[in-house]
Amino acid sequence: MAAAVSDAALAHEFPLPKILTNPASTPPTLITQGAEGRLYKTTYLLPDIACALKYRPPKPWRHPILDQRLTRHRILSEARILAKCRRDGLRVPSVYALDESAGWLMLEWIEGTPVRVNINNRLGNRTEGIEDDEELKELMRKIGMAVGKMHSIGIIHGDLTTSNMMLKPPAGDQPDNATGLEGEIVIIDLGLASGGVHDEDRAVDLYVLERAFGSTHPRAECIFNEVLEAYKKSFKQAGVALKKLEEVRMRGRKRSMLG
Amino acid sequence: MSLETVVLEHAPSSYKVYLALFRNVRNSGFLHQQLLARNADFEYAFIDASTIVSRVHLLSAVFKAVNNSVNGALKTPNVHSETVVSLSASNNISEAYRRFGVSPSTTDLFVVKITFPSDSSPVPVSADAISQHLKDNVEGDIVPPTNEIVSSIADVKAIRKNYKLNGLAWLDTIKDEVVKREEIEKLVLSGMALRGL
Repeated sequence: MAAAVSDAALAHEFPLPKILTNPASTPPTLITQGAEGRLYKTTYLLPDIACALKYRPPKPWRHPILDQRLTRHRILSEARILAKCRRDGLRVPSVYALDESAGWLMLEWIEGTPVRVNINNRLGNRTEGIEDDEELKELMRKIGMAVGKMHSIGIIHGDLTTSNMMLKPPAGDQPDNATGLEGEIVIIDLGLASGGVHDEDRAVDLYVLERAFGSTHPRAECIFNEVLEAYKKSFKQAGVALKKLEEVRMRGRKRSMLG
Repeated sequence: MSLETVVLEHAPSSYKVYLALFRNVRNSGFLHQQLLARNADFEYAFIDASTIVSRVHLLSAVFKAVNNSVNGALKTPNVHSETVVSLSASNNISEAYRRFGVSPSTTDLFVVKITFPSDSSPVPVSADAISQHLKDNVEGDIVPPTNEIVSSIADVKAIRKNYKLNGLAWLDTIKDEVVKREEIEKLVLSGMALRGL
């Protein structure tokens, strides 16, 4: 997971969710702060089981009843989608526990680093020979297969980026060794995910990834096609979604509301 | 007598959790009867150990029950019945008792005791008193509740049925039994977490 810059300092800026104020063997660490919530690294049940706690604090600017309902709905929706993915054999963090009224969700902690970090470390300051980097291309294919698997079981991610995929190193490897490209892709942050089997939705998901990839890793754009090639082979309907992607590229993520 | 005291991460320190595992239990009919009669001396979660895949599985149910108790959100009469019901992947309370609770045919039995100070009993019952009471009332062999023993008692087939984990082709293709157990455990935990939601 991305190392928090000054986690001790950050951790004290926000009041902890009530559940984390109870005693634990190690203090929780604030990992990131998003628009909707915060992510802590903490422990589940026992000192040696690391977990991620996603907390959606109450939003004082919303009416309390509406706020409670939205939070509940979003926690449950994410948990249901994660559980479905896991049941259907897609690698996502598994759900440990949740309290939808208190606004938290405890998930399996995924070791490793976001794929973004691995790609950037691999690229270094190279400008040449990237299109011949077989290992990097293999990583692209793994991404394509993971996204294909997710789409094939009827899930649309809603925010596909190389930051929302972890590369979990093979067991026994040094954790946080972010230079290797070996390991398993674990898709994370399904907070914006939804169920969907429409080619249009799948194409938009791919388009978001393509655009995000292009701006995060401009020098690796030349090998992005590997993602799509692997995606194409990963499930039956993939070809249609890719055809749709061409349309989406022409018009952008949003459908035209004209006419 | 080995009554284990369990400290759970993020459980309030006023809550104490004790765990004991009995094998070859010969009076489960009697224990079952005490629950049905709501005998206040038998405030325990009596769990059929064959329905438990791992310690973490059981402790997850305890954690959930404790959390509900702290929040004043119990769906059942007390924290012990809540522990049994927390094991279930469905919202049907009597079905949960039947599936996970002690029955007259239970031979391997998990006993969980959760204590905390309350208005009616500001000083909770001590570990020694619990230990003695169990010794006097459970006819069986107490064994340490290690993961090895727990997983040797687990009836994985029944567990998969309880959590609707049959027909998952990817799960059946896992050759490594240890990895397979871990995957089953994770699926069980998320089934419990999402119970009826």
